[in-house]
Amino acid sequence: MSIKPFDTSATNTWCPGCGNFAILMTVKQALSDLQIPREELVAVTGIGCHGKFTDYIKVNGIHTIHGRVLPVATAIKVANHNLTVLGFAGDGDAFNIGIGHFPHTARRNVNMTYIIHNNLIYGLTTGQTSPTSKQGFVTKTSPRGEWSIAINPLTQALTSHASFVARTFSGEPKHMKEVLIKGIKHDGFALIDVLQPCVSFNKINTYQFYQERVYKLEEQGHDTSDWANAYVLAEEWGEKIPIGIFYREERPTYKKNFPVLENGPLVEQSLERDMDELFKEFM
Amino acid sequence: MKCSGLIDDTVTVSIGGEAGQGVGRSGMLLGKSFMRAGFHVYGNIDYPSLIRGGHNYYTLRASHRKINCIPEKPDLVVALNKATILLHQEEVNSGGGIIYDEKERIEKNELSRTDIDYYPIPLIDIVKTLGGPEIMRNTVALGSVTALVGLDPNHLKKIVSETFVGRENIIKMNMEAIEHGWEKVIEYDYGFGCSMEAGVPPSRMWLTGNEAIALGAVAAGCNFYSAYPMTPASQVLHYFTGHDIDTETAVIQTESEIAAMCMVVGASFAGVRAMTSTSGGGFCLMTEALSMAAMTENPVVIMLGQRPGPSTGLATYSAQGDLLFAVYGAHGEFQRVVLAPGDVEECFNLTMEAFNIAERFQIPVILLTDKTVIESHESVEKFSSFVKINRGKLLREWQSEEEYKRYKITEDGISPRIILGTHNAIALANSNEHFERGFATSQAAITKEMVEKRFRKIPHIRNAVEKINPIKLYGSDKPEVTVVGWGSTKGPVLEAIKKLAVENIDVRYVHIRILEPFPQNLDKYLKGKTILFETNRSAELGTLIKLNTGYTFDNIRLRYDGRPFNPNNIIDKIKEVIQ
Repeated sequence: MSIKPFDTSATNTWCPGCGNFAILMTVKQALSDLQIPREELVAVTGIGCHGKFTDYIKVNGIHTIHGRVLPVATAIKVANHNLTVLGFAGDGDAFNIGIGHFPHTARRNVNMTYIIHNNLIYGLTTGQTSPTSKQGFVTKTSPRGEWSIAINPLTQALTSHASFVARTFSGEPKHMKEVLIKGIKHDGFALIDVLQPCVSFNKINTYQFYQERVYKLEEQGHDTSDWANAYVLAEEWGEKIPIGIFYREERPTYKKNFPVLENGPLVEQSLERDMDELFKEFM
Repeated sequence: MKCSGLIDDTVTVSIGGEAGQGVGRSGMLLGKSFMRAGFHVYGNIDYPSLIRGGHNYYTLRASHRKINCIPEKPDLVVALNKATILLHQEEVNSGGGIIYDEKERIEKNELSRTDIDYYPIPLIDIVKTLGGPEIMRNTVALGSVTALVGLDPNHLKKIVSETFVGRENIIKMNMEAIEHGWEKVIEYDYGFGCSMEAGVPPSRMWLTGNEAIALGAVAAGCNFYSAYPMTPASQVLHYFTGHDIDTETAVIQTESEIAAMCMVVGASFAGVRAMTSTSGGGFCLMTEALSMAAMTENPVVIMLGQRPGPSTGLATYSAQGDLLFAVYGAHGEFQRVVLAPGDVEECFNLTMEAFNIAERFQIPVILLTDKTVIESHESVEKFSSFVKINRGKLLREWQSEEEYKRYKITEDGISPRIILGTHNAIALANSNEHFERGFATSQAAITKEMVEKRFRKIPHIRNAVEKINPIKLYGSDKPEVTVVGWGSTKGPVLEAIKKLAVENIDVRYVHIRILEPFPQNLDKYLKGKTILFETNRSAELGTLIKLNTGYTFDNIRLRYDGRPFNPNNIIDKIKEVIQ
């Protein structure tokens, strides 16, 4: 199917060779395959290079502020659960300033897909260290090499009880598309960490770096219901880096907390209430 | 010994004890009993930020006339512990009394007043005889109160039964507790000397400002509420979490005020009416997303219940120190509306108005309250006037050949919103400056055009707020003194001007209910000598008035000890000024 219906007229300002291009293209392909009408899709972005995503894909969208993708996306889903909600965030957005929202959205099992554009560096602000930057990584703000231990999006997701935890690589669009489709179809919170080279500022974690290391869990017969093994695999980062679906479970979603949604999407519900009935307890 | 009587046409009962002894609940139940009997009632709780221990003190005032505040001194004190006797006996009105447990280890010489009555009642013994839990001693005490003030105990009994509906054993014990408490007073031939007379009980409600705000939101069709607990605003959250099914509202306690505010923006963007509530510290965290609401032009309603700051301050007390923060806090330039209800009824009405203003103009609306307004109980006539829901330019379908543009340039600056998910329409909101379609831009020309679009709403917003009585006048038409205030200052000022009228001192009260955009024509109401009353240290309303009108007050009386004004504070200052 053509991805043309998802194209917009906005001028793309990402650096040539940026991993974001592959993510954008592959998201469009996945959505196209899923045949969800554009009007029923919502993209929520934060601040960073990824944030411009909303300009480049023709679906509903809100380009929010730094680190706040998850609460905005949660509320959109609660307000209209017929919509398919995709959150996009960079590694700084998701795991520095916005990390406070992450475990909560995961444990609530909000039915949305959270796609991390993980390039292990701050790109838009021209090359500072990121929470996912590896130890020893030299940037403008870590001139002696990053000294602290990096945050691992996958183990964060696993310990926060995300019900779908996956990683893919922007240099493997076919793999990425499959993971995206499964994540979007998943009934619950899906975290998809996308390894994405930053061609301008990250000279270590390049396309070649990943091409030499990534291997696919799907080809290893990994049992995605095995949380403990998923955790062990998620910690693997060195000569080999696993990609694929690490963990998946079906469990009650956010809807359980909102009985009102049983009456249909909130946006379609009446605003009239029987106030006399509600006044009774005060009389 | 009979007490000689009361100081005015009201009776004031205070209940004191440790946190955990049910002080607040007792006050609530007794207040409702007075209301059911046909009285007007007002109740205020004074408590430290503690769950156990500490000193809680609920003051309840009832009268045949409308009551707006608590007085300086009570007529009757219910002391659930010894500390309450020692702390409060000096302030009881002469002729009043104190109910306490006869088993309380207190020496005769510690009961220092000779002009009040001490009523030892076997509170705990009665509870023990009934086999009830210790906390039930407050029920016995309430029974005694009804006997002393001449209130039919059946009202109390009925309300207590309603509270414990379905728990027959507990109801039975409580009924007996009330009867015993009542009988002891009769048996000892105590008499309080006040005759409470009420007419036919009218149709009234007994509720707090917080509850009125929650009900106002529900009446306005709010169906998404997100908040983080923070005193004194948590009661709104409690109302919603306890009533999400019957109010048909999606309710979520969030991980932070940041999340609460971001969720309101998200829900609003999707097309529902959404609200949050907090206090000053939480509002600090919300200002970033407040600015996002403004830029993305998503309507939001925020209730900011003030308490003294800076920082944690006095978590459970009252202040008006966030006025300028509410009016100006957040980055960037944008128009907001700040409504400041001064009592329970205004809480209900202005909350309904808040949702309409927010949606019609696609802007943030702040309901600026304080602890005194939102945690005090008031009896009010059952709410019967409802503001018609007006959602402004909100589309539910898009038939046009033309592409839908979220930020379409329009004459009045208001671009039609659309329910997210509407067929044939793609809506893009952006916290960056943007083109009509929503795409981000930093171009000079479109930036100027969009800033001007947003600012073109202002005259329309001003017109709208002028229609909902931004200034309310009370008291004399030809005043010797004009008093100006806002929020919870209203109650004690209304009481004070009534009392001064009896002494032929003509006072007008100018109650400012809308702080932003600032109302027109304030100066024409300022007659005679003027006095500004505020519960803060820097007269923030005074600053706002000076900024908007150039007017400077002759006299200012400020209170900044965490407590609301009492009518005597007002009266003393007015008398000082006219001397």
